[in-house]
Amino acid sequence: MTVPRLSRCECAPKPRPVVARPAPARVLRLPDPLPLDGGGTLARVDVAYETYGELDGSASNAVLILHALTGDQHVASPHPLTGRPGWWERMVGPGRPVDPARHFVICANVLGGCSGTTGPACAHPDDGAPYAMRFPVITLRDMVRAQGALLDTLGIAKLRAVVGGSMGGMQALQWAAVYPERVAAAVAIATAARHSAQNIAFHEVGRQAIMADPRWRGGDYGGEPPAAGLAVARMAAHITYLSEAGLTEKFGRRLQDRDALRFGFDADFQVESYLRHQGLSFVERFDANSYLYITRAMDYFDLGQEHGGRLADAFRGAGAAGVRFCVVSFDSDWLYPTAESRAVVRALHAAGAPASFVELRSPFGHDAFLLENAELRAVVDGFLRAGER
Amino acid sequence: MSLRPDLRVIADHVPRGARVLDVGCGDGGLLATLRSLRDADARGIEIDGANVSAAVARGLSVVQGDADRDLADYPNDAVDYAILSQTLQTVRHPDRVLAELLRIAPRAFVSFPNFAYWQVRWALLRSGRMPVTAALPVSWWETANIHQLTVADFRALVAERGWRAERAWFLTSDRRCGARGANWRAEHAVFLLGR
Repeated sequence: MTVPRLSRCECAPKPRPVVARPAPARVLRLPDPLPLDGGGTLARVDVAYETYGELDGSASNAVLILHALTGDQHVASPHPLTGRPGWWERMVGPGRPVDPARHFVICANVLGGCSGTTGPACAHPDDGAPYAMRFPVITLRDMVRAQGALLDTLGIAKLRAVVGGSMGGMQALQWAAVYPERVAAAVAIATAARHSAQNIAFHEVGRQAIMADPRWRGGDYGGEPPAAGLAVARMAAHITYLSEAGLTEKFGRRLQDRDALRFGFDADFQVESYLRHQGLSFVERFDANSYLYITRAMDYFDLGQEHGGRLADAFRGAGAAGVRFCVVSFDSDWLYPTAESRAVVRALHAAGAPASFVELRSPFGHDAFLLENAELRAVVDGFLRAGER
Repeated sequence: MSLRPDLRVIADHVPRGARVLDVGCGDGGLLATLRSLRDADARGIEIDGANVSAAVARGLSVVQGDADRDLADYPNDAVDYAILSQTLQTVRHPDRVLAELLRIAPRAFVSFPNFAYWQVRWALLRSGRMPVTAALPVSWWETANIHQLTVADFRALVAERGWRAERAWFLTSDRRCGARGANWRAEHAVFLLGR
């Protein structure tokens, strides 16, 4: 198994140069310690980010893109190490709804991540060894505060929009709750205002798979990560990103490179082979401890609970500030089903915030937000342009 | 932009800058007009996903939802005017939907095809079959109109529930006609209700 490829900051283990392509990684050290929901502060926080387009004279055209659980800051340009295209080039790029021709696009790796922003793989300031499990348990609100501090440093007082899907959508909602005066519009796609019991349950399976791997060693795995555990975690999670119909259409019961069952535990079926590949390729790009911390942050997410149990109260500030919302769900997404989006819309109505909501059709389950979807593009494009009139 | 005549009546009578909620807003044609001509804070709810996408793509605040079920999500007095155009006859509980409109807004525009229009009566009398007319172009087995009503029916329900019909407009062949004999002569009716 390969070592997770970590970029920049003072992360350990040291990244291995896999592709000889210099990373134009931008890393900014936050000037102040970051206060955390769990108590205390985190000193010396680095935030790795990418930008596209130019900030206009009045610094009013900034759009913050928020990535999902295993995403990174390379939203619209090839990943510097893997060379793979940006993860949301369908939504961000020339002629796309978020367009560098008129927007200053920012995307930052989340707090706790493993793509350059301070996370458990980075060096602890005290001893230079990786934080590992000494990293504090963080929340999505902590991630949003780190992004807010990044924007402070970049001189951006107010965003034209925050846009994200899945965990990115949760952050978009959190942004509107934490900084209603700093956001003109929020786009939350395939997401929810809280993690359900089922969401938590799937994440717990993933975490237990990692921690059950003997190589995990209480988080102190150094250069020998718990690849098998992380791969299983990814396999289980990946199933939740798809749909039964999508899996059936893509794989059915078709066999992998063989004409008959082999009566063994090899990957007889294509779907097994596919999941194994997903698991193996994931461990090459993601840190196991980061996976523990970010899934934990998602499980702790409950925007209503943060506001006395009433989700509408989370959006009072946004309603008063006139923040516009666009909520999109997909009919085959059983991870964050339409009912979760409707709960958000109901709360937005109660808070008096202008809201748009549509459930789009797609056979691809939760992953639909990352895939080609002309209707999604049209909806987000029209929504953003309406705020630019 | 050319609007359906009943929508034109509504658009002409929404005050400048008003907050409106169009229930069953389709692809947002009326809302777009109200936004551009009346500078209205225009919001909508629509059951059909493709229509919602089209409306949101026009930059309108429209949510996908069902008038029978999802109006409860709106707080009291959320807007100044609720609009229900050509939708009353399609909902499962017309009385409850009207009550919801007048909870969400102090005033509501309601337009509907008049089933007592003389051509409808004549078609029914002559053929003994559910009428298919210009205003009601779809056969009984595929029409969305599950609660056909007449001007007189509507007035009776409004009176029974203690609502006020503040104004009414009547249309025949896309032209305005008078209130006299409207239950015979009007193909479409538009009412402005108050609490």
